[in-house]
Amino acid sequence: MELINSIFDFIFGPDPELRQIIAVTLRMSFFSTLISALLGIPLGVLLGANNFKSKPFVSRLVNTLLGLPPVVAGLVVFLLLSRSGPFGTFKLLYTVNAMVIAQVLLITPFVIAMTANLVGVNAASINETLAGIGITGMKRLKYFLIDYRIPFISIILAGFGRSIAEVGAVQMVGGNVQHKTRVMTTAIMMQTNMGRFEFAIALGIVLLLVSFLINSIVNQFQKAVGDD
Amino acid sequence: MKSRISTRFIVFVVAVMLLLSVFGCKMEPEDKVLQMSTTTSVNDSGLMAYLQPEFEKATGYTLEITSAGTGAAIEKGRMGDADMLLVHSKSAEEEFIAEGFNEERIPFMYNFFVIVGPPEDPAGVASAVTAAEAFQKIADTGSLFISRGDNSGTHNKENAIWASIEYDPTAQAWYESIGQGMGDTLTMANERQAYTLSDKATFLAHENDLAMHLEETDDMKNTYSMIIISKDRFADSNVAGAQAFVDWVQSDAAKTMIADYGKAAYGEALFFNMD
Repeated sequence: MELINSIFDFIFGPDPELRQIIAVTLRMSFFSTLISALLGIPLGVLLGANNFKSKPFVSRLVNTLLGLPPVVAGLVVFLLLSRSGPFGTFKLLYTVNAMVIAQVLLITPFVIAMTANLVGVNAASINETLAGIGITGMKRLKYFLIDYRIPFISIILAGFGRSIAEVGAVQMVGGNVQHKTRVMTTAIMMQTNMGRFEFAIALGIVLLLVSFLINSIVNQFQKAVGDD
Repeated sequence: MKSRISTRFIVFVVAVMLLLSVFGCKMEPEDKVLQMSTTTSVNDSGLMAYLQPEFEKATGYTLEITSAGTGAAIEKGRMGDADMLLVHSKSAEEEFIAEGFNEERIPFMYNFFVIVGPPEDPAGVASAVTAAEAFQKIADTGSLFISRGDNSGTHNKENAIWASIEYDPTAQAWYESIGQGMGDTLTMANERQAYTLSDKATFLAHENDLAMHLEETDDMKNTYSMIIISKDRFADSNVAGAQAFVDWVQSDAAKTMIADYGKAAYGEALFFNMD
């Protein structure tokens, strides 16, 4: 009961901090998912719909990147953006932008792999059909994108789920700065480290509620697109 | 034939289970294991790893150390996941004792916090005599300050210093609270060239370009205490083992070890015994 009360307090209570944390979380997850989708879906279609000599190698490379531990991605971005790193002059470290960069590094391979697998299944017959009506080469890309728009939304949602749940990389490059780069997961880590386990669980439940809400909205949208 | 194999299989399984239970009995009796919950600063400084083998040799106990921020370290005691605490936050310790986990906290050693910051020292902290004065200078110049912000002993000390000059920095743009451990806080202070309050041991062990501007002032004294979890709260608390540690760590042999710790690596002692 106390747990439910504190969850309610978080969302509707007088303290704006939790709402601010949710806002930063959504901003970070939205932009990292958007960029990953814009990069990953076209690349995934190219990988899945084409046969080329180095395809097995590229597939293996993408699958390897799927196993990239978030802390390693975080460390790489940290070193690049550090004061003494090559991009230090941009002063990006400990900003939401840095978190988005690390997330894009993590999610894009995931989107590419899912897209390539999805498109790859029927690529041969679709290519044949398209060739029959005189569509070849890069022009096919558009047809694949339109054809698979509904499952693509599911892939984007899965990417969003990864982004909102990630903690290791965003902690490292975002730094969990209050009012600035603190997101749901790093806040949960912090509360856990402070021994406030109940508070941490309440935050976890809020995170799930937010995810559920977003999934529901996007699923409605997906249905609408499907009904066209 | 088939049934004979399955009989054999059952005999095999039973034999393995018996064997495992024998191993289980041969394990150290539970009261030989002492679980200590401590803070990251104690553990990260390497002091516990240095004391542990000597304590185990002298008493026959096996010491299991878990480390977390002071808040979480104390919470482990509260939940019965430790036999004793070794922490450094007087207010949190007193609160814990008031809840009836034991009658006393046993202060046994201390060291000093230090104020570290960019080598150029834009706020002029080095010319201050007390930490309170140094904090005032940081506030007056609006110099970037990174706060642990994690209810740790270090964070509590920082809050106490701000309170001593009746200043609330939390709304200031130059004050950033990050809710992370000492190492991460030093990393960020280094990246941003900001000031922060650190325990000396962790600062010396951390790689950075920051400089130590103020140390060993009375208002930056950092006292470490032990609290044994009373059997009244958790009947299976290893009070005998915890008492053995308390006695050992205050013995002459252990006191000499503590006083010498850090001299080889940093040329100075990191911890001092209470008189």
